[in-house]
Amino acid sequence: MNINLTLIIQMVVFGLLIWITMRWGWPPLMAIIEERQRKIAQGLAAADKGEHELAQAQERANEILREARERGGQIIEQAQHRANGILEEARVNANQEGQRLVASAQQQIGLEASRARESLRREIGEFAVAAASKLLEREIDPRAHQELISKLAAQI
Amino acid sequence: MFSFMFVSEGTPAESPGVYITHHITFLTNHAPRGIVDFSLLNFDTVIFSILLAVVFGGFFVGVARRATSGVPGKLQCFIEMIVEFVDAQVKDAFAGASPLIAPLAITILCWVFLFNLMDIIPIDLLPSAAQSVGLGHLRIVPSTDLNVVFGLSLPVFFLIIFYNIKMKGLGGFIGSLTLHPFSSRNWVVQALFVPINFVMELPSFLARPVSLALRLYGNMYAGEMVFALLALLTLSSASTALMSATGWLRILGQVGLGLAWTFFDIFVAALQAFIFMMLTIVYLSQASEHH
Repeated sequence: MNINLTLIIQMVVFGLLIWITMRWGWPPLMAIIEERQRKIAQGLAAADKGEHELAQAQERANEILREARERGGQIIEQAQHRANGILEEARVNANQEGQRLVASAQQQIGLEASRARESLRREIGEFAVAAASKLLEREIDPRAHQELISKLAAQI
Repeated sequence: MFSFMFVSEGTPAESPGVYITHHITFLTNHAPRGIVDFSLLNFDTVIFSILLAVVFGGFFVGVARRATSGVPGKLQCFIEMIVEFVDAQVKDAFAGASPLIAPLAITILCWVFLFNLMDIIPIDLLPSAAQSVGLGHLRIVPSTDLNVVFGLSLPVFFLIIFYNIKMKGLGGFIGSLTLHPFSSRNWVVQALFVPINFVMELPSFLARPVSLALRLYGNMYAGEMVFALLALLTLSSASTALMSATGWLRILGQVGLGLAWTFFDIFVAALQAFIFMMLTIVYLSQASEHH
């Protein structure tokens, strides 16, 4: 147990080892650790930003959705309004048409009736002349009694 | 540990004193002459400490060169863990910024830990192997060599002086040794206090490298000595131990106690390496403080 040359060699080796660590070991490792810390910090910041942006986008989407729903409601309301209008119009038109049809039918009926009355009147006149001629047992000249027949027909 | 496996090869009648003396003798170029002899070299210490320096430097620089700032591998994670641990200690204790302190601290921590860890290699394994190739002695734990512990603490001591002078100036450094703890506004009284202060401060200043070195040395030397003493359990009865009940008890005792002491010694190894590093940081921090 004594102090000898080993001490000097130890100090030299120690110094060299420190120098090597200082030169090639510590700085690159520290730089890499710091770079990774920076990367992680950036990643976290980006994640935060993304989350924030997502929230914003969701808010915007919700707003658009609400707007769309509102506008849809408006459109449906308008459409219903319009449909009601059309329906009302159609009803009015149909009523008018019906009334017109009824009126024209009645007119036609009146016309037919008067025509029928006219022909009946004529036939009755002829029948009356035939009956009278039978009664008188002689021919009655329709032309000679035309005036009588017309008068009779008018009386019926 | 497990010395009984190897002792049987040696002389069966080896006495405990001879065994232990054999284990604490270095492999040197010649027999030591006096307490200080700079023509003497402990080959075993030099070889193992350089080997461990290469292990640490190789791993550290190798990982640093291949390191990525992306997803790190397992080895890189391990090295980075140590780096961040040391960096945290340095940042905690050392106020200023210095490119030297942190690399110095991690070098001390890892190198000293590797020194101390050599202690858990079975105590007779490498010496017996060395003996079989003709080397008489081999001490494999570098931190049980005074030259190694002073080889660590003296450079640290020089750095303490260097930082003191660099940060406080030569006058400030001398002042820090002579103007504390007693000081007075009166010049005459102050002049009287200077030698008193110097006598009080100088030993505590000079004690730093000595205590730093001897704390490590003492702990590791004791650890090695306990392993050697445990080996004595089966020393004298190596060949006959297998044939008697007490012999088996001795073997079991050596294995059990050796295992327990190994675990404790790993703890001591880490603790002493950490203490050496922390004290170095604290001393250098004190040295570079402004007043």
